[in-house]
Amino acid sequence: MNAPVQLAEVTLQTVEFKLDNQTLIAFEGESILKAAERHGVCIPHLCYKDGLRADGNCRACVVEIKGERTLAPSCCRNVTADMEVQATSERAVKSQKMVLEMLLSDMPDTGYKWNEKDETQQHGKLSDWAARLDVTVRPELKALRREQPKADVSHPAMAVNLDACIQCNRCVRACREEQVNDVIGYALRGAHSEIVFDLHDPMGDSTCVACGECVQACPTGALMPKAQIGSQVVDKKVDSVCPFCGVGCLLTYNVKDNKIVSVDGRDGPANHNRLCVKGRFGFDYAASPQRLTVPLIRKAGVPKDPAALQNLNRNSADWSDVFREATWEEALALGAGKLKTLRDTHGKKSLAGFGSAKGSNEEAYLFQKLVRTGFGSNNVDHCTRLCHASSVAALLEGVGSAAVSNQVNDVEHAGLIFVIGSNPTANHPVAATWMKNAVKKGARIVVADPRGTDISKHAWRSLQFKPDTDVAMLNALIHTVIEEGLTDEAFIRNRVNNFEALRENVKGYSPEAMAPICGIPAQTLREVAREFATAKSAMVLWGMGVSQHVHGTDNARCLIALVSVTGQIGKPGSGLHPLRGQNNVQGASDAGLIPMMYPNYLRVTNKAAHDWFENFWGMPLDDQPGYTVVEIMHKALAPDSDPHKVRGMYIMGENPAMSDPDLNHARHALASLDHLVVQDIFMTETAWLADVVLPATAWPEKTGTVSNTDRMVQLGKQAVTPPGQAKPDLWIIQQVAARMGLNWHYEGEHEGVAAVYEEMRQAMHAAISGITWARLQRESSVTYPCLSENDPGEPIEFIDHFATDDGRVHLVPADIIPANERPDADYPFVLITGRQLEHWHTGSMTRRTKVLDALEPMATASLCGDDLQVLGLAAGDVITVQSRRGQVAIHVRRDDGTPRGAVFMPFAYYEAAANLMTNAALDPFGKIPEFKYCAVAVRAGGELSPVAGYGAGGLN
Amino acid sequence: MSPVPHAIMVSPGYTGYDTYRAHGGYALAAALVNSEEDVEGVLKSMEGSGLRGLGGAGFPAGRKWRIVREQPSPRLMAVNIDEGEPGTFKDRTYLERDPHRFLEGLVIAAQVVGIEVCYIYLRGEYHGCRAILETELAKLRADPPCELPTIELRRGAGSYICGEESAMIESIEGKRGEPRMRPPYIAQVGLFGRPTLEHNFETLYWVRDIVERGPEWFSGFGRNGRTGLRSYSVSGRVKLPGVKLAPAGISMQELLDEYCGGMLDGHTLYGYLPGGASGGIMPASHAHVPLDFDTLQPHGTFIGSAAVIVLGHHDKARDAALNMMRFFADESCGQCTPCRVGTAKAAKLMEAPVWDNTTLEDLNIVMTDASICGLGQAAPNPVRCVQKYFPQEIA
Repeated sequence: MNAPVQLAEVTLQTVEFKLDNQTLIAFEGESILKAAERHGVCIPHLCYKDGLRADGNCRACVVEIKGERTLAPSCCRNVTADMEVQATSERAVKSQKMVLEMLLSDMPDTGYKWNEKDETQQHGKLSDWAARLDVTVRPELKALRREQPKADVSHPAMAVNLDACIQCNRCVRACREEQVNDVIGYALRGAHSEIVFDLHDPMGDSTCVACGECVQACPTGALMPKAQIGSQVVDKKVDSVCPFCGVGCLLTYNVKDNKIVSVDGRDGPANHNRLCVKGRFGFDYAASPQRLTVPLIRKAGVPKDPAALQNLNRNSADWSDVFREATWEEALALGAGKLKTLRDTHGKKSLAGFGSAKGSNEEAYLFQKLVRTGFGSNNVDHCTRLCHASSVAALLEGVGSAAVSNQVNDVEHAGLIFVIGSNPTANHPVAATWMKNAVKKGARIVVADPRGTDISKHAWRSLQFKPDTDVAMLNALIHTVIEEGLTDEAFIRNRVNNFEALRENVKGYSPEAMAPICGIPAQTLREVAREFATAKSAMVLWGMGVSQHVHGTDNARCLIALVSVTGQIGKPGSGLHPLRGQNNVQGASDAGLIPMMYPNYLRVTNKAAHDWFENFWGMPLDDQPGYTVVEIMHKALAPDSDPHKVRGMYIMGENPAMSDPDLNHARHALASLDHLVVQDIFMTETAWLADVVLPATAWPEKTGTVSNTDRMVQLGKQAVTPPGQAKPDLWIIQQVAARMGLNWHYEGEHEGVAAVYEEMRQAMHAAISGITWARLQRESSVTYPCLSENDPGEPIEFIDHFATDDGRVHLVPADIIPANERPDADYPFVLITGRQLEHWHTGSMTRRTKVLDALEPMATASLCGDDLQVLGLAAGDVITVQSRRGQVAIHVRRDDGTPRGAVFMPFAYYEAAANLMTNAALDPFGKIPEFKYCAVAVRAGGELSPVAGYGAGGLN
Repeated sequence: MSPVPHAIMVSPGYTGYDTYRAHGGYALAAALVNSEEDVEGVLKSMEGSGLRGLGGAGFPAGRKWRIVREQPSPRLMAVNIDEGEPGTFKDRTYLERDPHRFLEGLVIAAQVVGIEVCYIYLRGEYHGCRAILETELAKLRADPPCELPTIELRRGAGSYICGEESAMIESIEGKRGEPRMRPPYIAQVGLFGRPTLEHNFETLYWVRDIVERGPEWFSGFGRNGRTGLRSYSVSGRVKLPGVKLAPAGISMQELLDEYCGGMLDGHTLYGYLPGGASGGIMPASHAHVPLDFDTLQPHGTFIGSAAVIVLGHHDKARDAALNMMRFFADESCGQCTPCRVGTAKAAKLMEAPVWDNTTLEDLNIVMTDASICGLGQAAPNPVRCVQKYFPQEIA
């Protein structure tokens, strides 16, 4: 939750009123319905839903108010002093019951949402209230049942049965006002009024993004997840957290027969019941028949062939030619034993480990502890290196903390929302809803992105700048602020270091000089700079578009400088928010799953920290930073003479053979290892190159915590048991540790997860000492820093000082550094890689999800219409995209948001892996590769990979 | 004192801008705008005249001006010329004859209330009116008698409910025409969220005359204890249908005899609808009741926009009632359950030779008590009138 800004926000005023002749107290601004409910008087209601604007259309909640001619909807009428209300008078109840009877009279004989306690009650909330008020339909009205519309089952995930629709428009409000997707509308008039998608299109053909907010909102089952129609009885409901992006939506798994059958959004501080298509419908990957269920060992003599990865048939999941089944004992003995041998033979630097931002905090903590104490070096990293490493570098340097200063939904308090290098409607969909809500309430969004994306239609100004020119554009904004005297002088004087150097540096970056470079008119740059500086509050949110460049750190430095010179940080609605990608990339980094830092960002080179952890873990520790993800790949291919040559690796839940840049190189490196142990839930591209494959657990199969982009530690509980012999990751790490000679004891259920957490809490005492395991059980989600049991956590940081040594923000001027590989005559296009709404990361989870696979089954590369025309292409044609490092054949998709001269490709598709082309050039500070920019050639035609997908589709 | 019957010709050439001004038109508006005339005096005239909103709700016009005037600016005006109530054609009749009398009323109201922008919402089917308004507004703007408010002409799209004041505002805002819930009242939160003065065409039409001739002129009319003038739109089985400008409070029988030339040959008075579709149906035995605001309510009917539809003894009240209910079902916006479902079900039930009065009455109750707007609340009026005054037709 956001911190209250004013005392009045937490001081509730009360008013006295009469309800059914009893004097009661209501809060000011409270509706009659809610006030009555708090006092135990339940007034029937259908169109009212917490979280949605009260609309008052169903009229089931009408009450008598003294002095008024007609009845009033209690959901829409606030209590006023001395109001006299009759909610249960004969007159009020008459209309309440008639409304229910009228609606029931039009319902179909068989409903779609049966009440759990009485399955003859089949119309959800309508039946529920009818039963409570003892309402049945008289035959005279039943005989007049309306002409019923046909079912629409065109959407893979949801069924539209408007014969059960009561026209309450909760779905309309959910779609238009809550999620702001503007798909569902209310068409036609009178009794013909109907819910429609776009212009009365079938749902499956509409622009619906399948967030499912409508099905969650529908009270009668007229809109339902297909999998949930009929009986709602499940074996259990288990509270957890969404396993996909960094927004960290809380959810509830509905479990039947040890299978998740559906997901409901839960009221978490980051999502308030909202979900997106992945969170709501992307749950069945865990039940995929392609899950790894037995430990595997590479068959003797079968070579590791990276080239073969291109032609593997993932649908059949047939690994028997390459691997043989093994017992856990044998697999662990070989897996860990060989690592130990390599360490003992070639030294501590010969091993490396990749943990995962998809795992829990406890797994991340234990994994890095294993590498640091068991492998003996700091060669531990994970995919944070591929996403926000440069942001982290800049933030640690500038403000002393790598986490966000303000939580996403603090945009509610922002006057200006500056979104740069981020496509939030696709990649952080629920976060995007808060931005869109803020716009509806009057905030202004400025979107800066070379690609025109969906959020830009809500933007006040869209800066579609030329790729790679972030620093030019941002320096022009800073220049304008300083030149036009719009700086916050007091803030600079009291809280900013190195302002003079910044001022000198940006002198040459006038908007007029930068306009031709970044492609944004000078006047627009000035306008945006003025608005940013003078807005009551301004918040910057950014994504990989900022970070994944060789100048990613410089880009982030500019953002820090922009908020600092304008004083737009350290207060509500103002600050810096790098939107985290993975569900636990924040937590994994916090837990020390990075080569240069111990838990809580204590540098391994910091003697005090080094000594503290040596003492804490009771082991000698390496005092030099380890290698990063891409560097480790290089070290795997180092000559034998290199004492730091990496020869053995333990990879838990990461897929570098898909996610690393320049895949041919990365795959070659992985295949060259003497020994590779991969722990995963699927036979990933990386696992295909392993010597030992350990079957692990999916998120719903375990208990643990994850930390979201908002600095919230959130608890997920085990909902289902893992398939076959698959084991919890926490157990596997401990088994490997034992075989590496470590003497660990984590007692307790779920592989001692509570004990691991409590140890981690000590290691990170400066951040989460107030968040005990017991507290998490109670509260599900707690924001940090949180230093005591009673500390609610700090949603807004840097209110009076920064986390730097002297408490001041440290500005670092940045100059233009061009991309490592610029387009030329041979490779004239820029390749931009990224994600899309339906698919997660390398696709191993989401592409095995029926709904998501049905929605986006095929790899595509996006080009704008102009470029298609120049190349003589039409949407759907096959093209070949080629860089100096690799090439793929892929279908082309028309997307006019893609700038001219650029190709956009999501990297989730193994059959057309975008990272075959990307460039491994690194940002010097964050060591992040330049995924957002490399030169490619595009030509018509090409031979598509013979296999596609995982065969998850086939939904009817 | 009454105006002469048939004072309004059926199809005259209308009074254009030049003619209107040549006869002293806009002198009052200009004087007011140029501060030569006292705003307070105009307000007092309006209040003294007893002029009430002539769209049907009958809210005292002068009081409305004072209320909106006290709201924070910017304030807006919305003028309702949607004239969708069945049987009502008075606004069109006046608009097609003397458009500037209305426009001057609008300018005066805007000046008194402090309004910068006025929206005129014109019935979509009134093509002729639109041509006149467009032409005359252009002339007015080209040669303004004084500083004018911004006047926007908007066209309705044939929806009855958009004649409801808040649904009209939604429509002007470009939204689905649905009534809003009140409170807040549109005088406080109206068009585009601003305090809004909303008037029926005819209310503004009388402003100039009331101010120029004095409030006593208007309140000097009246009959049967009532005061003022009413424009009755008379249709049905009468010899001389049309708009009848008559003293308020005149009875059906008097109106018929004095203004309409009596019933058509071969017809005798059987009943009448005093206020369009929603005003209910009165039997011939009640032809003496004064036709005015407040006088019909005790009988379960109301005057509304004074659309008087006369039935003869060959007609059936139940047919009229069914016709009305089908109309309501067609025109229900579909927002609230009682009206959306109730009108459709009632129309079905009313087809039966013998009515299911129990179920109908249950529908009547929920529609009257729990509908959002006047459409649903008044939809049972024809049903109840048939049950009460014409029970023999449905037994």
